[in-house]
Amino acid sequence: MTTETIHSTVDAKGLSCPMPIVKTAQHVKTVPAGSLIEVLATDPGSVKDFGAWTRSTGNAIVEQSEDGGIYRFVIKRA
Amino acid sequence: MTTETQAPAVDAVEAPEEQLTAAVAAAAESDGSAVTAQRQLVIINWSGEYDKVQPTLIMASVAAASGYKAKVFMTFWGLLPFVKDEKRITGDNWMQKMLSFMQRPGIDHLKLSKMNFMGMGPWMIGKLSKEYNVASPKELLEACELMGVEFMPCQMTMDMFGLKREDMIDGLGEPVGAATVLELMTEEHTGSLFI
Repeated sequence: MTTETIHSTVDAKGLSCPMPIVKTAQHVKTVPAGSLIEVLATDPGSVKDFGAWTRSTGNAIVEQSEDGGIYRFVIKRA
Repeated sequence: MTTETQAPAVDAVEAPEEQLTAAVAAAAESDGSAVTAQRQLVIINWSGEYDKVQPTLIMASVAAASGYKAKVFMTFWGLLPFVKDEKRITGDNWMQKMLSFMQRPGIDHLKLSKMNFMGMGPWMIGKLSKEYNVASPKELLEACELMGVEFMPCQMTMDMFGLKREDMIDGLGEPVGAATVLELMTEEHTGSLFI
């Protein structure tokens, strides 16, 4: 578990492609560089998508977990 | 434009040791600019149906969300979805007007490319979308606009269908032609699609 504080959360639960990525991208633009944001999603396709997205954008997935169908990503804004 | 420094491609099986070491050193020195060079997605949106406009807008919004320059060239049938929803009839002569009468323009009035069932098809897709939380073309268009996707109308189509700037939704770029799109498609780090 990350000990640094999460800046904010993107609730993408229940949303289908491409909205988990699009919402996260929109939110990330509003947070300071270096912040950690948490993303919650239920779309299984989003797991690989977030990998691709972070590689494309230079952001990083710091932590990734799944619990009862809810995928949790902690992303550090570059 | 970033210039990239790329390590020369070396066949690991055949290269002598010195060459491999040199290649690895060169890669280590590269400042990673090859990875961070601006990528671009160019979509020629030729189709005007729901199930074709949907992937166009999904790809465009995700490209923009991923830091790509995303550009959508709207041509032929693919231009009609970007007419204002309130506009029912467009065009100057009877053929252009009849065209808009039979193919209602606007992003809220798209047909399916198959199984349209006189409108039942899109209605059912709408219901399924709500149930499974799939974004509608209109929502995707809003996401595209928020993310800075560039929309380029085809001048030729506007002329032929009698579409004027005031018929079109806000936020579109200047009308362009094929040569502009061709140049974009063949730029570096660019992927292109014809939908």
